Amino acid sequence: MVAGQISKLIGSRVKRKEDPRLITGEGKYTDDVILPNMAYFAVLRSPYAHARINSIDTAQAAAHPDVLGVMTGAEVNERCSEPFPLFAILDDMKYPERWPMAAAKVTYVGEPVAAVAASSRAAARDALDLIDVDYEPLPVVTDMETAADAGQPLIHEELGTNLCYEAADQAGDPDRAFAEADGVVEARLEQPRLIPNPMETRAAVADYERSSGNATLWVTTQNPHIERMVAARMLGMPENKLRVIAIDVGGGFGCKINTYSESIIAIALAERIGRPVKWAEDRTEHFVSTSHGRGQAQYVEAAYKKDGTLLGMKLKIYADLGAYAQVISHVIPTLTPSLSPGVYGIRDIGWTTIGVYTNKIPYDAYRGAGRPEAAYIIERVMDLIADATGKDPVAVRRKNFIPKDAFPYETPTGMEYDSADYDAALDKALAIADYDGLRAEQKAQRKAGNLMGIGVTVTTEVCGFGPAAAMGGLGGFESATVRVDPMGKVTVLTGASPHGQGEETSFAQIVADDLGVPFEDVEIIHGDTSIVARGVGTFGSRTLVVGGTAILKANEQIKDKAKRIATALLEDKIGDTLAPQSITLEDGLFAVQDMPDQYVTWAEVGSEAYDGQLLPEDEQPGLEAVSFWEPPGLTFPFSAHIAVVEIDQDTGEVSLKRYVSVDDCGTVINPTLVEGQIHGGLAQGIGQALLEQAVWDDEGQLVSGSLMDYAMPFAQEFPMFELDRTVTPSPVNPLGAKGIGEMATISATPTVANAVVDALSHLGVTHVDIPMTGERIWRVLQKHGRRRRGGRS
Amino acid sequence: MIPQAFDYYAPTSVADALRLLRQHGDEAKLLAGGHSLLPIMKLRLSTPECLIDLGRIEELRFINEADDGSLAIGAMSTYHDIKNSALVQTRVPALAAAAGEVGDVQVQNKGTIGGSLAHADPAGDFPALALALNFELVTATARSGRTIAIDRFFRDLLTTALRPNEILTEVHVPALPPRTGVSYQKLPNKASHYAVVGVAASITLDDSGVCTEARIGVTGAGPKAVRARSTERILKGKHVDAAVIRRAAKRAAANVEDFNDDLHASAEYREHLTTVFAERAIEEALSRAG
Repeated sequence: MVAGQISKLIGSRVKRKEDPRLITGEGKYTDDVILPNMAYFAVLRSPYAHARINSIDTAQAAAHPDVLGVMTGAEVNERCSEPFPLFAILDDMKYPERWPMAAAKVTYVGEPVAAVAASSRAAARDALDLIDVDYEPLPVVTDMETAADAGQPLIHEELGTNLCYEAADQAGDPDRAFAEADGVVEARLEQPRLIPNPMETRAAVADYERSSGNATLWVTTQNPHIERMVAARMLGMPENKLRVIAIDVGGGFGCKINTYSESIIAIALAERIGRPVKWAEDRTEHFVSTSHGRGQAQYVEAAYKKDGTLLGMKLKIYADLGAYAQVISHVIPTLTPSLSPGVYGIRDIGWTTIGVYTNKIPYDAYRGAGRPEAAYIIERVMDLIADATGKDPVAVRRKNFIPKDAFPYETPTGMEYDSADYDAALDKALAIADYDGLRAEQKAQRKAGNLMGIGVTVTTEVCGFGPAAAMGGLGGFESATVRVDPMGKVTVLTGASPHGQGEETSFAQIVADDLGVPFEDVEIIHGDTSIVARGVGTFGSRTLVVGGTAILKANEQIKDKAKRIATALLEDKIGDTLAPQSITLEDGLFAVQDMPDQYVTWAEVGSEAYDGQLLPEDEQPGLEAVSFWEPPGLTFPFSAHIAVVEIDQDTGEVSLKRYVSVDDCGTVINPTLVEGQIHGGLAQGIGQALLEQAVWDDEGQLVSGSLMDYAMPFAQEFPMFELDRTVTPSPVNPLGAKGIGEMATISATPTVANAVVDALSHLGVTHVDIPMTGERIWRVLQKHGRRRRGGRS
Repeated sequence: MIPQAFDYYAPTSVADALRLLRQHGDEAKLLAGGHSLLPIMKLRLSTPECLIDLGRIEELRFINEADDGSLAIGAMSTYHDIKNSALVQTRVPALAAAAGEVGDVQVQNKGTIGGSLAHADPAGDFPALALALNFELVTATARSGRTIAIDRFFRDLLTTALRPNEILTEVHVPALPPRTGVSYQKLPNKASHYAVVGVAASITLDDSGVCTEARIGVTGAGPKAVRARSTERILKGKHVDAAVIRRAAKRAAANVEDFNDDLHASAEYREHLTTVFAERAIEEALSRAG
């Protein structure tokens, strides 16, 4: 931080400021909002993945005694002046107009078709059953690899194809690399779709004031300002007529970036019936109405030399976008080839990314968004090369690392890595795991007929979005307002929108240290567009990096003005003129240099700032600063992970025995918050490796449509995670922070996958697709001739 | 997740519950712990017009021991009651342990033994234990009541021998003969924690170590819980060693008529798992039989 200042709170385990509120039920989630005269609405959703809507009859629903209004898709769409906006449109990308609701046809199960407002939640739900929709089912497209083939049913006839885009490019000379190689490994890797399932499902409350035309929308969003921009545009309202509020949001993992139809429906219904309305998503509804994540089929060929050097890669990536692109969802798959070099010095890569439309709910960002898919490719490739060359996976990785003196390092795919020392992280992970000891144990276990595997990965990802150019029109800045009041207390407004990450705490730590005020004297305000003028929001591990720096920049202005005010106060006190440069700020005291007894406090400065009687001639009252900060570059946290698994040969069940996670997110503001992000991240990444997948039938029905059928991990399935870190500060922001929201998720999936394959490698197994369920492993064991009785006495 | 409107009654005696049942007939559903019925009502897959909640009937919630060492468990006893009952822990420890493996703490606090058996979920844990432990089910009707042997209870998917006018009131757990070991082994569904396949085994040995009685209950594999009679026949009358266990377990799938084939496991895998968990349950039961 500021040179010479002693850090007191940064780096310490300060307890989360937000927890007492959340733990005692005082959180203000969207579904907690209760307004006078509030009505409720429910949304009728398509039961078909693809069907024409011949007619909708709402008469019976409208006649229900408790129903206040019914709107069909056509009516809601009619109310809108624009369709959903898309950002960062790719070259030659084909996309349809998307309006809030289906009108002429439905393109996925769960697509909104009509909405009913009623005086109670139950009545709104009952009335849905009274709406009669005449559907004419159409053939369905669910397979991403054949979706764009000729002869497939068209999801959007006006496009003439189900292909959204095919983006091919290359760096270096991949053909030469393959010609010079000693060998080539290849694989087809599946990335099943995942269903985000944050603890809090989505909700929206809208209040519309007819006299002024002002609307207020409470909504579960990660980015209220983007929500305001999108909703205002679609509804033809000026932004200053729409207030979006998201105080407490119970997790998002990316699925709450998008502006959903229900926000638009809520405002349209509130206008229509003249009463505030609320909608809250059921958990079952969440499965078919909130965007999913991942969903790729990846073809990789990798050229290597006998010594384990990765020479070149060729990638072909299919991405299942679902029925529509939304916000920047279409761009996410293109991050996969961009990050595919991982932590390695490979220079020759060719890639094709194919985004297709299918009759499924749209896909979008999900914890890692494009990067987990990349890490999975490159970390599986490293193990395939280790297997092909007979080398240890650790040795192959070290052989290919980008050396630590090469940073900043530009990858062949155009990413500028800020800083890293991969060997240091790997050394630490190996030491914690006792890697050599584990390999010895594995040998003994194999001899005894048991299946034990060790998975190692070293990964990186891109965070801290970002320069505006990386954001395709959403803005790359974050805003901060820092306000010191007459009592010397500090209020910070941030445009970031923490929804579980804990930045009310980490931001307060930064401010307390930087200004020298007590932690308790700092209030962090976020999530209300009428209080926080502008912001971009919380996603892509950007909040601390970009939002935190914006606060520092506002602090600089505050400190400058405070020093000028302090100068005037001290001059008055000692009866002499002073140069502002001679005033120091230390431990919250403004003192005259070399006269430590002569000081004023933040309270005195704050009071004077508004009282104003001693202010210098050219100084205006007030002590508040606004700053916008856009980072000059992206950040790249990295990690070295090791997993140990055992496989039950009778059932194929995998059990995770140990997990070592060494992560480097640059400067750590609060180790507890970082560890929390890592714990949760590991759980999600391990869940992806072993359990989670969305499954559709041929009719486009989501078979894994509830938590009874979609397996997510339970805490009891995990060992105690063994965490440590290295600290390589980022040079692209003054905090030196890199972001940690997604790193562990990204690393955990390939780490566990590598461990499972390693457990089976002596049987000739080189790859198993995720999720590595018991049945899948059992089938592999059947095929590779492992007898059920092996090893048991 | 809002059910269709329904009338709700909370009688405090079995007699009142029976009266309500007779009054409302087919339109009524009995509500026990609610962990099976309420979710399907919220999805509107079941839309009863009337619920008769048995939760306030004190006389249905007890665990007693008879002179012969058998246990009588009130139908509305929760998994939590069973798990924590000193009587069950002493007399049939495997039953107490299994109650502690059902679902999660919330399910254990609300779910009941009577509800589980009467609902007859094909993947429920207790149906397998009920078969292995030879439960007798006591019912009440407006006129009298009867006792149903467990072997005649499970009829088909979600279908039991209970009649529409009948309430399951009590579960009778026979005393375990000396040198009897019981074990329940399952592969939990990773999402629901129901049994993908679960096998309960009760094995009784004589003084010379020969198996005199074996009851094996299989759940999760097919549409209803069944006894693995082929397995039992192989075990009975033998000095059970590893080879016998293996041979017996191999036959554990023989009495499952139609294996479930779904998202969570193929029929083939379930068939295989039935033999795996039969072997594990027999091995452990045997070791407990001493």
